[in-house]
Amino acid sequence: MIRRNLPFAAVAVIVLVVAPLLLEPFRLSLLAKYLCYAIVALGIGLAWGQAGMLTLGQGVFFGLGGYSMAMHLKLTEGGGLPDFMVWSGVEELPALWVPFGDPVLALATAVLGPMLIAAVLGTLVFRQRVRGAYFAILTQALAAAMVILLVGQQGLTGGTNGMTNFFDVFGQDLADDSTQRGLYLVVASVLGVLYLATRQLVNSRYGRLLVAIRDGEDRVRFLGYDPALVKTVTFALSAGMAGLAGALFVPVVGIISPALLGVVPSLELVVAVAVGGRHALAGAVLGAVVMGYAQTAFSEQFADGWLYLQGALFILVMTLAPKGIIGVAERWRRARTT
Amino acid sequence: MSAFANQLPIGLSIGAVLLLIALGLTFTFGQMGVINMAHGEFIMAGAYTAFLLGDLVPALPAAFLVAGTMGLILERAAIRHFYGRPLDTLLLTWGVSLVLQQLARDLFGAPNVQVPAPAWLSGGVGILPYNRLFIMGLAVAGVVAVWAYLTRTRLGRRTQAVVQNRRLAATSGIDTGRVDMLTFFVGSGLAGVAGVALTLIGPVGPALGTYYIVDAFLVVVAGGLGQLRGAVLAAAGLGLLNSYAEFWSDASLAKVIVLAAVIAFLQVRPQGMFVLRSRALT
Repeated sequence: MIRRNLPFAAVAVIVLVVAPLLLEPFRLSLLAKYLCYAIVALGIGLAWGQAGMLTLGQGVFFGLGGYSMAMHLKLTEGGGLPDFMVWSGVEELPALWVPFGDPVLALATAVLGPMLIAAVLGTLVFRQRVRGAYFAILTQALAAAMVILLVGQQGLTGGTNGMTNFFDVFGQDLADDSTQRGLYLVVASVLGVLYLATRQLVNSRYGRLLVAIRDGEDRVRFLGYDPALVKTVTFALSAGMAGLAGALFVPVVGIISPALLGVVPSLELVVAVAVGGRHALAGAVLGAVVMGYAQTAFSEQFADGWLYLQGALFILVMTLAPKGIIGVAERWRRARTT
Repeated sequence: MSAFANQLPIGLSIGAVLLLIALGLTFTFGQMGVINMAHGEFIMAGAYTAFLLGDLVPALPAAFLVAGTMGLILERAAIRHFYGRPLDTLLLTWGVSLVLQQLARDLFGAPNVQVPAPAWLSGGVGILPYNRLFIMGLAVAGVVAVWAYLTRTRLGRRTQAVVQNRRLAATSGIDTGRVDMLTFFVGSGLAGVAGVALTLIGPVGPALGTYYIVDAFLVVVAGGLGQLRGAVLAAAGLGLLNSYAEFWSDASLAKVIVLAAVIAFLQVRPQGMFVLRSRALT
C-alpha cells in the first residue's frame, strides 16, 4: 500500500510544496494552466485510454465550464452589465445570464451541464451501437458547431473575443500574487483528488469492465452487461472533469474564448494524452503538462515552428511509440530488470 | 419567396462540394477503415494549384494529380502501416494535416488569396448563377466517373470486392495493397477537384480544408460507409439543410441543427442510409 502510493506522494510533495516555493508567480500560474489541461486529459485518459471512446469534443465541455465561471465572475464584479455587452449594444441582462450570479449555481452548471449533455449524447449514440470512428466524428462535429454558436451569439457570449478582464474571484483580487498561488494550490489539489478517485475507479470491477468493453464490446454484451450504460456513465464523468477544469481555468488564465475550445484544442489534448501514454492515467496527466510546457517554451522562441514540431512529434509518437512516454519508460525498466 | 428560392442553388452547390470531398472519404473509410484528417489539406492543395495556374480548366486535372499524388504518398509512407488501428490513423493524419497547413502558410503566406473566376462563368440563368451550376456539373461528372469506374472496370470491381470483404478478396487473389493505393489516389484527387471548385465561391487560405472536413465526415456517417448512393443523397441533404438552416434560423445555429439532424437520423439508421449486409459482428 505504502510502496504503491510512494510515487504519487513524491509528486504531490513536489507539486504542492516545492513548486510554489521555487517558481516565480508568472511560472506558477503557467503551471496551474497546464494542470487545468491535465484534469481534462485525465478525463480523456478514462474515456479513451480505458474505455476506448475517442472523444474529440472535450473542448466543448471545457468551454461550458469556462463560460459558466466567466459569466459568474462578470456578474459579481458589479457595475451593471458586463463590458462586452455594453460594446455590442445589449441593454438588459439576458435571462440566460441571471442564474449565474449565484456562485453555487454557476459551479454546479459548470460541472453538471457538461455531464448532462454528455449523458444525453452518449445515450442517443451508444444505445444505437454507434461507436469507434463514428463517435469520434460526432464529437468533433459538436466541437465545430459549438464554436460557431459561441462566435455567432455576440451579445450573449462575447463572440470571437470571448470574455476577459476579470478582477476578482470569490472576493479575492486576481492581480494579487497570493490569489494566484492560492488558485494554483486549488487546481493542484483538485487534480490530485480526481486522479486518486479515477485510479480507484479504474482498479475496481467497473474499471475491468471498461477495458473489456474497449477490447471486445460484443463479448461484454453477451456476458449480460449493458455496455451502452457503462460507456454513457464514463463519458459523462470525463465531461464533468473537463467542465470543472474549464471553471478553474478561467480565474487562473483570465480569459475564455471560442479559440480555446474548438476542434483544434480538443484534438491537441487527445494528442497530449497519446504522447504521455493513453493506457495509464498518469500518462494522460504527464502528457498534458509536458505538451503544455513544450508549447509555451517553443512558441516563446519560434512562433511558427511549433506547428511543425507538434505535427512531427505526433507522427513520430504514433508510429514509433503508440503507448507514449509511459510505454517507453516501462520498456526501459523491463529491459533493465531482465 | 425569391430569397427562399435563392437558397436552392447555394445549398445544392455546397452539397456538390461536400460530395466531391466525401467520395474520397467514404471509400477510404469504408474500404480501409482509415479516417484521413489530412483529407482537408488535399482540398487546400487543389485550391492552391488553381491559384498557381490562374486558370480554371487546366487546374482541374492538375489539381487531381497534385492532390492524388499527395494522397498516394501519404498512403504508402504512413497509413498502410496503420491498417486495423483506425483511431490511431486519425491522430496520425491530423499530425500530417498540421504540417501541411503550416507549409501552405510558409509557401503562400497566411492571408487568403483570390483566384480570378473566368469570364465565361459570370452571369447565370434565372436564379442559377453559372459558377454554382458549374460546381454541380463537376460533382455529377465526378459521381458518374466513380460509378463507371466501380462497376465497369476490372480494378473498380476489385475495389468493390475489397470494400465488401477484404480477407475474402485477398484470398481470391486480389492485390489489396494495390487497390488501396489506387482508391487513395482517386479519393484524394477528387478532394483536389473540390478545392478547385471552392475557388469559384470564395477565397483560398491555408485553413480552407478545415471548414469543410467536419461536414464531409458527417456526410460519410449519414450516408453509410463505402456507399456511392449514400454519399450522393447525404451530401445533397446536408448541403440543403445547411443552407436552409442558415436561412431560417441564424448562421450560428445552422451547424447545431445539422448535427442534431444527423444524430436524430442515426437513431433510425445507426449505420447510415445504406448498409452493406454482412454477418460479421463488428
